[in-house]
Amino acid sequence: MSGPLEFTCPVPLAVKDRIVLGHGSGGKLSAELLHDVFLPYFRSPILNRLDDQAVIEIGGARLAFTTDSFVVKPLFFRGGDIGSLAVNGTVNDLAMGGATPLYLSAGFILEEGLDMETLRRVAESMGRAAEAVPVEIVTGDTKVVEKGKGDGLFINTTGIGLVPEGVRLTPALVRPGDRVLLSGSIGDHGIAILAEREGIRFSTDLASDCAPLHGLVAAMLAASLDIRTMRDPTRGGLSSALNEIAVRAGVGITIEESAIPVREEVRGACEMLGLDPLYVANEGKLVAFVEPHAAEAVLEAMRRHPLGRDAALVGTVTDTHAGLVLLRTPFGTRRIVDMLPGDQLPRIC
Amino acid sequence: MKYLDEYRDPALARRLVDEIRRTAKRPWVLMEICGGQTHTLVKCGIEELLGSAVELVHGPGCPVCVTPLEIVDKAIAIASIPEVVFVSYGDMLRVPGSTGDLFRVKASGGDVRIAYSPMDALRLARENPQRPVVFFAVGFETTAPANAMAAWQAKREGLRNFSMLVSHVLVPPAIRLLLDSPANRVEGFIAPGHVCTVMGYEEYEELAARYRVPFVVGGFEPLDLLEAIRLLVRQLEEGRAEVENAYARSVTRAGNLAARERMTEVFEVADRNWRGIGPIAQSGFRLRAEYAAFDAEKVFGVEAISASEPPECISALVLQGLKKPVDCPVFGTRCTPETPMGAPMVSSEGACAAYYRYRRHIAPVGAQA
Repeated sequence: MSGPLEFTCPVPLAVKDRIVLGHGSGGKLSAELLHDVFLPYFRSPILNRLDDQAVIEIGGARLAFTTDSFVVKPLFFRGGDIGSLAVNGTVNDLAMGGATPLYLSAGFILEEGLDMETLRRVAESMGRAAEAVPVEIVTGDTKVVEKGKGDGLFINTTGIGLVPEGVRLTPALVRPGDRVLLSGSIGDHGIAILAEREGIRFSTDLASDCAPLHGLVAAMLAASLDIRTMRDPTRGGLSSALNEIAVRAGVGITIEESAIPVREEVRGACEMLGLDPLYVANEGKLVAFVEPHAAEAVLEAMRRHPLGRDAALVGTVTDTHAGLVLLRTPFGTRRIVDMLPGDQLPRIC
Repeated sequence: MKYLDEYRDPALARRLVDEIRRTAKRPWVLMEICGGQTHTLVKCGIEELLGSAVELVHGPGCPVCVTPLEIVDKAIAIASIPEVVFVSYGDMLRVPGSTGDLFRVKASGGDVRIAYSPMDALRLARENPQRPVVFFAVGFETTAPANAMAAWQAKREGLRNFSMLVSHVLVPPAIRLLLDSPANRVEGFIAPGHVCTVMGYEEYEELAARYRVPFVVGGFEPLDLLEAIRLLVRQLEEGRAEVENAYARSVTRAGNLAARERMTEVFEVADRNWRGIGPIAQSGFRLRAEYAAFDAEKVFGVEAISASEPPECISALVLQGLKKPVDCPVFGTRCTPETPMGAPMVSSEGACAAYYRYRRHIAPVGAQA
């Protein structure tokens, strides 16, 4: 044989003709779906902003308006259930716009044969979660599908909240030099769910971090109004939230690996399962972009709040590498933290 | 975290890097075989730390990437049969075949499930006696013992609804192929730690002696890899070509004898096709004749499915260390993890995918035509 070996390659392949699970992952496929299918037909300048919530003005009041659907399995898990998730998830989307949550709707898609006691437990949990916020569930809907046509129980919640005077949070405001604050450890929710599903046991009580964040947000805004934007890094994890902001704001973001809080049991589970905590879902954490001069005051306010006790300064916004999130490793090297194409897949070995 | 943080200590890493840079009198070209090692090297930016002391070339040890097209097509054909439960390691689901991938089979109603172990597939077979359960048994010597165990157990229990689609490959024949090529630039190898945990490293002693090339068995944490690189550079500077073990907490010279015995009982060595490389004689495993009843290719009559791939990208040059992924004209543009054009872009362990994920912000380094 002379010269280089003759190797060959597979042909390219596009997944454009059918919905795959990755379209719901919060990663690149989800973004593609929005841009290719929904935005061109809905043609709304407000929707095109792609914030976690729409902020609309009605009669002089600025209302935050958002909706979310919940398809979690198992329905009940350590630290929460589909009911508390459905309330807190929508409350958090409102809170990320700086809004005080006011009213929720609740839509249920039930599968024929669902245990009545299960539904009762979920409703009770929703009532309790709403009361704790407080937010009122004022309208709703129920549909039943044939057995085999649904997975027990799906919930959709829509929420309305009021944005206080002087509060304006959107990625478009993010500037180089801004500080990136994270409210606590990442990956707790995703790993708690996975552990429940796969029957993995921990020596400690790892639970979902499912919680309403509007109180924390209010405390932060009371410390300073110079917060540019916030995200709750749910599906797709911290990496997706940061990537979205980097792209939307046209800036680079550099984060410090050693500054990001990750619980030991989450790290352990991720190591065993070949997952990266940066891509694992959270349900009670937020990441905030704050003007440099206000960062310390906001961080202190976060740490005084029970849901922000472990808050940390994890990175800064840069005018280099626009649209990319870089991570500085403990070795002093830098690597990209990408948005995943679809769901994170466990590796073979 | 115990047993991990010790192997990720930045201060110790710095000391090893300094020593490697002091020892290397010229830039040595080293290859890590295993995709897991590629992943760590690229994720931690170890090449960046080493500067010009060492050039790392990423070998063909990503089991997902090298699984041949026709096997993926066979997997898709079997998984598309309505009553079949098709069980696979997660990252095989996205690998493109000729007309689609397993995710799309799932989206079209196929029962495709992700498992961490073939034993999960075995359990599914016991629980669903009326449905054929097929496990996609891919990988190097690392995953072979567990897959052998599954077939062995199924035979012992007389499970009639369990079978495996086998595409196992072996590391030493691929190294031989690279070393036999006149274009080879690789001067030392980091031998794959988990493969050697199973197989030991006697095979690598033969290779070291025959080709006068040093091997160091390496682990998967940053310090494991830096220690392996340090030992390789020292051997090269001293003109030695031996096998050393830098992963002694897992690897012994003889390997895991019980695992090897079970593998030999269930599998026999056979010719295999490698995606992106082509056929390599005696480079993989197939089920022995006594296990024909558990061979999914025979059970579902898909043996005749064949496929060929048009030459498109530069994976040949990447896998030989003649080019870096970033030198490819379609890297990151037409070829991305969502639309892979070449085997190394398919799995996160592939060299191109690892570069795309972690290092595409860095200009091409160390490439030589």
